[in-house]
Amino acid sequence: MVKKGEWVLIHRNVLEPSERAPQVPDDTKKVPLELWVKGYLQEDANIGDEVTVLTRTKRIEKGTLLEVNPYYKHDFGKFVPELITISDQVKEIVFGGADNE
Amino acid sequence: MSKDMSYAAVMARRPEIMKNSAGLDFSKFESGSIAFDYERMMKEAGFTIEEIQKIQSEHGVGNTPIIELRNLTALARKIAPQGKGARIFIKDEASNASGSFKARRASTAVYQAKKLGYKGVVTATSGNYGAAVASQAAMHGLKCIVVQECYDSRGVGQPEIIEKARKCEALGAEVVQLSVGPELFYTFLTILEETGYFNASLYTPYAIAGVETLGYEIAMQFREKFGKDPEVVIATNAGGGNLTGTARGLRKAGAQSKVFAASVDLSGLHMASDTQFNKKSFTTGHTGFGMPFSTWPDRSDVPRSAARPLRYIERYLTVHQGEVFYITEALASLEGLEKGPAGNTALTAAFALAQELDQDEMIVVQETEYTGAGKHIQPQLSFARENGIEIKFGDPKDEVPGKNIILPSHPSLIKANDADLVHMRKSLIKNALANYNVRPTEADLEFLAKETNSDLEFVKKAIAEL
Ligand SMILES: Cc1ncc(COP(=O)(O)O)c(C=O)c1O
Repeated sequence: MVKKGEWVLIHRNVLEPSERAPQVPDDTKKVPLELWVKGYLQEDANIGDEVTVLTRTKRIEKGTLLEVNPYYKHDFGKFVPELITISDQVKEIVFGGADNE
Repeated sequence: MSKDMSYAAVMARRPEIMKNSAGLDFSKFESGSIAFDYERMMKEAGFTIEEIQKIQSEHGVGNTPIIELRNLTALARKIAPQGKGARIFIKDEASNASGSFKARRASTAVYQAKKLGYKGVVTATSGNYGAAVASQAAMHGLKCIVVQECYDSRGVGQPEIIEKARKCEALGAEVVQLSVGPELFYTFLTILEETGYFNASLYTPYAIAGVETLGYEIAMQFREKFGKDPEVVIATNAGGGNLTGTARGLRKAGAQSKVFAASVDLSGLHMASDTQFNKKSFTTGHTGFGMPFSTWPDRSDVPRSAARPLRYIERYLTVHQGEVFYITEALASLEGLEKGPAGNTALTAAFALAQELDQDEMIVVQETEYTGAGKHIQPQLSFARENGIEIKFGDPKDEVPGKNIILPSHPSLIKANDADLVHMRKSLIKNALANYNVRPTEADLEFLAKETNSDLEFVKKAIAEL
């Protein structure tokens, strides 16, 4: 149970596939236009319920409740060994040679 | 009575919504045909350089340092023909509030919103501009909504765009995230209509005037330090505002520097495609925006765009994704500067171009952008690999956007390719005629000559060839 007043992430479809703009490529036309927004939950609810939130600019938005206290998970990714190779190569060309050993 | 919120109905209300949110009546600059009075629009709706300098200096923007990249220049000289290898400089725009040159654009746009009495600003962007508007709105105490194209239909987002969302929220903005598709504009219009906020578009005269100080500062800084203007200024180009504002600022300073555009070559990828959205490793500064916006500037979110890059571009250089990643790593390893990759597009072109120019000539890459989690070569390459893109060393000319990223196996393989500007000029003319569907007047012909930095003869010949 998520309490009224908690900070949450909601989701809804803005346009169904049948409503998409004519100029959209075929692969995009097969899927809905989706929206995600965060706000303060306006009533007690469970994950997956249709809810109302009050956003940071005090707009009302409706959608399916996805997460409470949503947070960012992006990072620096997995190690890419090629980057060290590049680093070694440019240093070697500019500063390398016997003098530097 | 509740309003009809269907796609068609909202799009039909577009002119009215745009007018109410722009704080500017574009119709007074119109001729009724293809031509409009661009310079009058810039003059009446823009700001003078002095006004902008004042606004920016009070809001953490401008006067960014110029850094000479001696070691990168040395690398270029190692592989350049004898006597070649121009000096390469960057203007460190990452030191603006919000971390990119976009702060210049936002500073004037948000200032104008405040002056006109709007309570908030809305902007449609997945890029640095969102953070820039959020930052300036925070300083002015205005509300801010950023509408972002962020995820594909699997709910997977580009790490760089997700980082931008984080930054906007960190600066107090509300972020509305959408899946792929041009109907973002529909959502944007509904929010403008609902809130009555200002449309802090990237393309108004205010926004573009805000970039003029960038070009102006380059001229002033080089005169003070070297007693002359740089030979070439290169701008990473997408929607064209970066280049347009910089070129106009250089001209206002009386500088003779040549202005070149640079974009990452993403040819073959469709920008509105759900399945191709996460196959690219650049979210801006690429040909997927650069080509359509240069050849038809008025596709933007205002009736007349103030970003009209073909008026100023003398060469348009394209580079590959793998080359930009290589140079971004080289910048960190040789110069001790870690910057975001998109801003290094022009740097990559400069590295190749330096090898054509003499050693006493100077090339300025007019911006850098901030870097961090998500918005960095490491996560971007890692994300590409997870999305099935092959990453390998080789000759970047074999790179196929969406399939592979080819890191040059040696820096001598980094090349800048000239896009066909004559063809681009002709396509602008073709697009203008197709969009207005009129017989061009004398004034239209002269306007098109200015738009394409050509002459009447070129325009007439291009029309005859259609
Ligand atoms: C760091 C950076 N460089 C260059 C550009 C390109 O600017 P413009 O869209 O004005 O051509 C952008 C904008 O997306 C950017 O964020």
